[in-house]
Amino acid sequence: MLTVNKFFKAATLSVSMAVLAACSSTPANQGPTAEEIAAQRAAEERAAAEAAEAAKQAEWANLATTIYFSFDQATLAAESRDLLDQHAERLMASGDSAVLEGHADERGTREYNIALGERRANSVADYLVLKGVARSQLEVVSYGEERPAVDGSNEFSWAKNRRVEIR
Amino acid sequence: MKKLLSFAAPLLLLVASSVSAQLVVEVTSGNDKPIKIAVVPFDQQNLSERTDVASVVESDLVRSGQFVATDRDSMLSKPISVQEVAYRDWRLMSVDYLVLGRINEQGGQFAITYELVDVSAQRVHDRGITSIPGAELRDLAHWVSDRVYEKLTGFKGAFGTNIAFVKEKNVGGEPLYQLIKADADGAREHVIYESRAPLMSPSWSPDASQIAYVSFESGRPRIMKHDLTTNNREQLTNFKGLNSSPAWSPKGDKMAMVLSRDGNPEIYLLDLTTRQFTRMTRHYAIDTEPTWTHDGEYIIFTSNRSSKPQIYQVHVETGVVERLTFEGEYNARPRATLDGKGLVFVHQRDSVFHIAVQDIASGRIFVLTKTSLDESPTVSPNGRTVMYATKRGDQGILAAVSVDGGVKINLPASDGDVREPAWAPYVD
Repeated sequence: MLTVNKFFKAATLSVSMAVLAACSSTPANQGPTAEEIAAQRAAEERAAAEAAEAAKQAEWANLATTIYFSFDQATLAAESRDLLDQHAERLMASGDSAVLEGHADERGTREYNIALGERRANSVADYLVLKGVARSQLEVVSYGEERPAVDGSNEFSWAKNRRVEIR
Repeated sequence: MKKLLSFAAPLLLLVASSVSAQLVVEVTSGNDKPIKIAVVPFDQQNLSERTDVASVVESDLVRSGQFVATDRDSMLSKPISVQEVAYRDWRLMSVDYLVLGRINEQGGQFAITYELVDVSAQRVHDRGITSIPGAELRDLAHWVSDRVYEKLTGFKGAFGTNIAFVKEKNVGGEPLYQLIKADADGAREHVIYESRAPLMSPSWSPDASQIAYVSFESGRPRIMKHDLTTNNREQLTNFKGLNSSPAWSPKGDKMAMVLSRDGNPEIYLLDLTTRQFTRMTRHYAIDTEPTWTHDGEYIIFTSNRSSKPQIYQVHVETGVVERLTFEGEYNARPRATLDGKGLVFVHQRDSVFHIAVQDIASGRIFVLTKTSLDESPTVSPNGRTVMYATKRGDQGILAAVSVDGGVKINLPASDGDVREPAWAPYVD
């Protein structure tokens, strides 16, 4: 998060400097030369690309990181795919590694649930690999029902706890 | 059932034990034809320890559900030996048996003399003397309970055995996980190991000298072996993926466990001498929660190879797999009953999780518990009781039920969530 913010600031700064540099090299009483126009255009394009890149980074930084599952299921819901596609794009661009933490709700047995949590995390890993992420970037770890996100024995809490967290 | 419930009301007694007790026993339903006993306060003056032995014996026996006890305050006399017994006093109260005792101490060691008196026959039914080196009064109390229980029910007592369980507490805003050893009644809690990372799945070695469990201390689930005498810890596995669900073989030479190093959870055997791993199951489904039959010939386990969790067994020698449960959509975490004819497990019915027992031959399932979110059943070494974890409100507690379902008790924790009880085998 921090690094992305820094990157964003640096990108913004370089854009302003490029614009400033372009302005100061242009004498007020003369029209710009063709070279100067071309240079400015290039600088603007660079700046736009960098801004887009920074925006993308910011968007990636704000991506949701939790994928939810149905009871005793490890198959990905269709609505999870869009989010995972963005994570795949992010991981491929950055080359970062990610830990996929599998979890289960408290119902059913603990050892079965830790296996189920692993299945869920593997489903996410398999999907990311299918989208082009290197298997070596991903690590799967399951906590089963040992680390609930939300306490409480009700449908709401259970739904929040059947999850994979991308870290 | 009505009869059971009406009987349960007077039995709702809170048996507060000594200061060291961390769990309080509560009987929620009992046998409908209990034996009426009177455990008279023992002669135990001038001892270096103060535990009220008679009250521990009374709570042991009452907790079994086979006995009801006469309230101390209503006793007309308080004999400490058979010579002092006025039988008429006890017949008036329709007491069946008296438990009497005397304890003295020499060189820091306690010696106990106990008598079990048959009121209607007006004679001593059993008498015993013992002195256990290093024993505390609570050990002597459990010794008396075991003797009375065996004399009057014909079954060996398990009051002197231990349990292990996992407790989660909130300490400084963060969870603290503890592996705890305690008496079978929950008293004398002793922390074996504690960690800020989750602990799971305690399993006793057959001589009760070691416990295997799963620890996340490295950030990943790994199987540890803990020697209770030396406190030495050893990490047994360090494979990629799951390393979980350790189960010591009846002979103690092997350990069944779950590893997902081949990509999905499979049952493995670790030979504790040669340190060789043997893969027992081959299926793309989840195979987990192994446990041994008492003869060591089969490993019983949970698998969702039929798409829902069901219970299977694999023959250790041939690897032949056979499905054991067919009723219901969720049957898991099996344990064999002592006679080998039954299976105790978690069974989902009407979307609620109960403890159930199944007669293997007929396939008939009998649901033992009425609460929900019941899990982790463990069978007492005498085969009479199933202890399990359940929830009361948001708190995890331990509870126990007799194998016939007639008697239920709760062992509420005084602090933290308790779960995953594992009943230790007999030591001797």
